[in-house]
Amino acid sequence: MAADAQSSYIRRAVVEPEPPPAAAPARTRARLFDGPFNTALTLLSIVIVVALAWPTVKFLFIDAVWTGSSRLDCLSETVGREVGACWPFIKAKFTQFMYGFYPASQQWRVDVTYALGAILLVPLLIPGVPWKGLNAILFFGAFPLLAFFLLVGGVFGLPHVETRVWGGLLVTLVISFTGIIFSLPLGILLALGRRSHLPIVRTASVIFIEFWRGVPLITVLFFATYMLPLFLPEDWRIDALARVLIGVVLFAGAYMAEVVRGGLQAIPRGQFEGAMALGLGYWRMMGLVILPQALRLVIPGIVNSFIALFKDTTLVLIVAIFDLLGQLRAAFADPTWATPVTLFTGFAFAGMIYFVVSFGMSRYALFMERRLSIERSH
Amino acid sequence: MVESLGKNGRKRTPNGPARSAVLDMRTTKNEVAIEIIDLNKWFGAFHVLRDIDLKVMRGERIVVCGPSGGGKSTLLRCINRIEDWQRGRVIVDGTELTEDLKTIDEVRGEVGMVFQQFNLFPHLTVLENCTLAPIWVRKMPKVEAEEIARHYLKRVRIPEQADKYPAQLSGGQQQRVAIARALCMQPKIMLFDEPTSALDPEMVKEVLDTMVGLALDGMTMVVVSHEMGFARQVANRMVLLDDGQIVEVNEPAAFFSHPQHERTKLFLSQIIR
Repeated sequence: MAADAQSSYIRRAVVEPEPPPAAAPARTRARLFDGPFNTALTLLSIVIVVALAWPTVKFLFIDAVWTGSSRLDCLSETVGREVGACWPFIKAKFTQFMYGFYPASQQWRVDVTYALGAILLVPLLIPGVPWKGLNAILFFGAFPLLAFFLLVGGVFGLPHVETRVWGGLLVTLVISFTGIIFSLPLGILLALGRRSHLPIVRTASVIFIEFWRGVPLITVLFFATYMLPLFLPEDWRIDALARVLIGVVLFAGAYMAEVVRGGLQAIPRGQFEGAMALGLGYWRMMGLVILPQALRLVIPGIVNSFIALFKDTTLVLIVAIFDLLGQLRAAFADPTWATPVTLFTGFAFAGMIYFVVSFGMSRYALFMERRLSIERSH
Repeated sequence: MVESLGKNGRKRTPNGPARSAVLDMRTTKNEVAIEIIDLNKWFGAFHVLRDIDLKVMRGERIVVCGPSGGGKSTLLRCINRIEDWQRGRVIVDGTELTEDLKTIDEVRGEVGMVFQQFNLFPHLTVLENCTLAPIWVRKMPKVEAEEIARHYLKRVRIPEQADKYPAQLSGGQQQRVAIARALCMQPKIMLFDEPTSALDPEMVKEVLDTMVGLALDGMTMVVVSHEMGFARQVANRMVLLDDGQIVEVNEPAAFFSHPQHERTKLFLSQIIR
């Protein structure tokens, strides 16, 4: 531009930086209706959304029955209009959904466990709250032990509560929490094992991972519950819930291993060499340099596994452990609340709980990902 | 400030108590820092290093050059056993490198390495990059490790970048951080693997200046580089490596003005324009 005709050019005046031109006007609205095709698509989308949203809102709120004491209050014949969700059913069964048949006089122990967990988890999740290390040790180390003694009892004067009577959301949370906090370390160890230079470690890890990935969770649960006792000596009675927990942890660990392995493979060789050249041994190299980077890369995969695990816990229903969904189905059988809408109400309620937890995990993971990538823009 | 480091498990002074009997034996000058005896290495069927014999004295600066694929980097990486080999011996600072992992990590602590691609840890700040190994390998208290790190960051002239992440720095700055990181372990020997090859031309000088400073301080250095100006300025000896063999070893003046081997003449004619 400077040298159209001349062959040389020397700048005399400095061009000062200017603010960028004003942002282009929001084009969203324009795009929605530019041309007949886009207009048609937009209208179609609106129709679909309304067609889905309206019945939902109508069922959950407008036509819903909010008070009552039995099925009669939720029957359209008695109410005299179309009936939506039967919320009194949820209210009546709420304790059962939350605690299963955990003795009513002892349910405070479950609440205390939840409260403890929340008190430890919330500061752990909020960046910037100090003492993260101590907090993590308390949450991942002390809390599970404490929760175990609180829930099971038999010590400190707490009456023993058999896991047979546990149920509802309590079981769902126990299984998924145990699965989540044990499957990640197990997965990390397996992933490291699979990439190990020691042939025995590598082979063992590969066999373990491929075995557990090769069998369906239902098979694992069936085996743990009904077959395993046949192989074990008579006096080796392992608690039914504990067997399921172990099965779930091993199963989830194998999946987690592959997720973590993906992250490990994405770390350039130079990072390993840089760490080695400084004299960091294998474990320090992995723990301080490689894993912190690898795990950050696979946060989406890890959270994906966590969410899948959280929802997979519903499968324990088939081995007669009644988690949230199990209690729900048990409650459907209660003739006191047998109405045409009971089923939908129950599933809507359970669906909301599962959705809130899963969506929460997913959003939190997104938030962390963004935060970590801002910290060190690559 | 840095003199006080001696107390910390690290013996810099000749009279200080040494960490092991092996290290005790070397304390005088004019002593061998690195000895490579009949080193042979294969990558699969490819014979990448052939009968390498090389002795580097303490305080000596060796510049290794040669065509790409000649085995320069591989040779350098054998010195701290980031690569292993099939035949031959490497003795660093009186300690022979064997399969023993403990010895290897000990030697790596004594040998700093600077890579072509910097290999800084992107998830750690500049300061954390520098203090990681002193804290975890040398078991140094954090405060002291940070003091040393700041000293060396000042030395490579980027003290103000301590709290940034590597990705926020220019290539030249990153490489200088990498040098500071290696120096924080207070190594006896520094290895440089083409430290300026990945840099924009404008940033080469700042890195070379840092290395010249190190050389003037008497650091034992083995440098793989094609920066012939730098080589002339600091090298005690030049080594030309081609096809996995040492073709010629000579003092820089003779190496550049009267190369003996045909291969050296050809190489020099191709890189010096």
